[in-house]
Amino acid sequence: MNDPDGNRVTERPAPTNNSKAALDARESHLHALMVRAQAGDEASYRTLLVDAAGRLRAFFRARLSRASGDVEDLVQETLLAVHNQRHTYDAARPLTAWLYAIAQYKLVDLLRRRARHERNTEPLEDDADALAESDADALDARRDLTALLAALPDKQRLPIEHVKIAGRSVAETARLTGLSESAVKIGVHRGLKALAARVRAAP
Amino acid sequence: MKTAALIDLLAQGAGPVERNAVAKRFATAVVAGTVGALALMLPIYGPNPQLPRLVGEPEFWIKIAFAAALAAAALVNVARLAQPGVAIARSRWLVAAPIAALWLFAAFALAAAAPDGRAALLIGHTWRTCPFNIALLSLPPLAAGFWALRGLAPTNPRLAAAVGGVCAGALGAFVYGFHCPEIAPPFIGVWYVIGIAIPGALGVWLGPRLLRW
Repeated sequence: MNDPDGNRVTERPAPTNNSKAALDARESHLHALMVRAQAGDEASYRTLLVDAAGRLRAFFRARLSRASGDVEDLVQETLLAVHNQRHTYDAARPLTAWLYAIAQYKLVDLLRRRARHERNTEPLEDDADALAESDADALDARRDLTALLAALPDKQRLPIEHVKIAGRSVAETARLTGLSESAVKIGVHRGLKALAARVRAAP
Repeated sequence: MKTAALIDLLAQGAGPVERNAVAKRFATAVVAGTVGALALMLPIYGPNPQLPRLVGEPEFWIKIAFAAALAAAALVNVARLAQPGVAIARSRWLVAAPIAALWLFAAFALAAAAPDGRAALLIGHTWRTCPFNIALLSLPPLAAGFWALRGLAPTNPRLAAAVGGVCAGALGAFVYGFHCPEIAPPFIGVWYVIGIAIPGALGVWLGPRLLRW
């Protein structure tokens, strides 16, 4: 598929409701959210992730069998990748192309992993109603990120629990854990990368 | 964990994102890789004692410009390949341009030479070692390139690492060019290109293994 500049974006079209105007509106909405998120606006970032989760769910449901428990796993894995790789988004380029390229990569990666492990791959189906633009109702993920998180080493797990789950400041977390402030920031960053790596390693 | 809880976790205290992270990462890798190649070249091979004479030869500068242009072209492409959703539809031709230009110079040189002098232009005196020397010097930039790519998001790891390998090879060739006594374009067009292709092939092999994210 080509975007207006003739660039190859994804191997299959992203789910859309077809009209060019709707596509443009979607792009500019998400793009504006991402630009504010990149500048540090947490509320915009949260809104973007919620919106992206719905679109990713529709994207994966259109490509995996509808009842597949992989869908929510892939949504979560992709959101984690979006977060860990958000520094690779260039605001001069379309946000949806970036998002769906990550989703496509995660889908292919999962199927390849499956093939390598000689498990039965989920059938790729084309079903018409999977062209819904977004899908808000989440099934439960099969893979439990909480358990994977709990297995991280302390210097990564503690910063994530304090800063990202309990919502404490970096300074407070540093005081509570005895880590330096930079160790807390690095712990969060590396911990989320390590979490993504463990997600890939988990079957 | 529910997806909503994951979103809360990711958004909580996310903070601003480093600007121009891709450019900064590759700039660091190019500087570190080139310094690393120099740190190998100077003790192992040393600068060419004939360098003051060589720099007066246009063909010396063709060789250096070829390596620099190829490194720059590959760098442009690998930086694009490191970002999801960014295509290399047009920019990939940049990589072919320095090679095409070099081969053009080589063809002129061969055409201008006497028939029994052509083999010497192609084979020079160091063809046995040249590609391997370039491949050796390309290892520091190759490692730096993998470091850069591992912090980014190549959706085609094999291609990204191959282009990164060509960039590393061109940087290795650039540095080796200050030791190497050969300047004839036909020689460069064969043996330098082979030397540069070795880290490119290493990238093809290592990319899918080292660049998953």
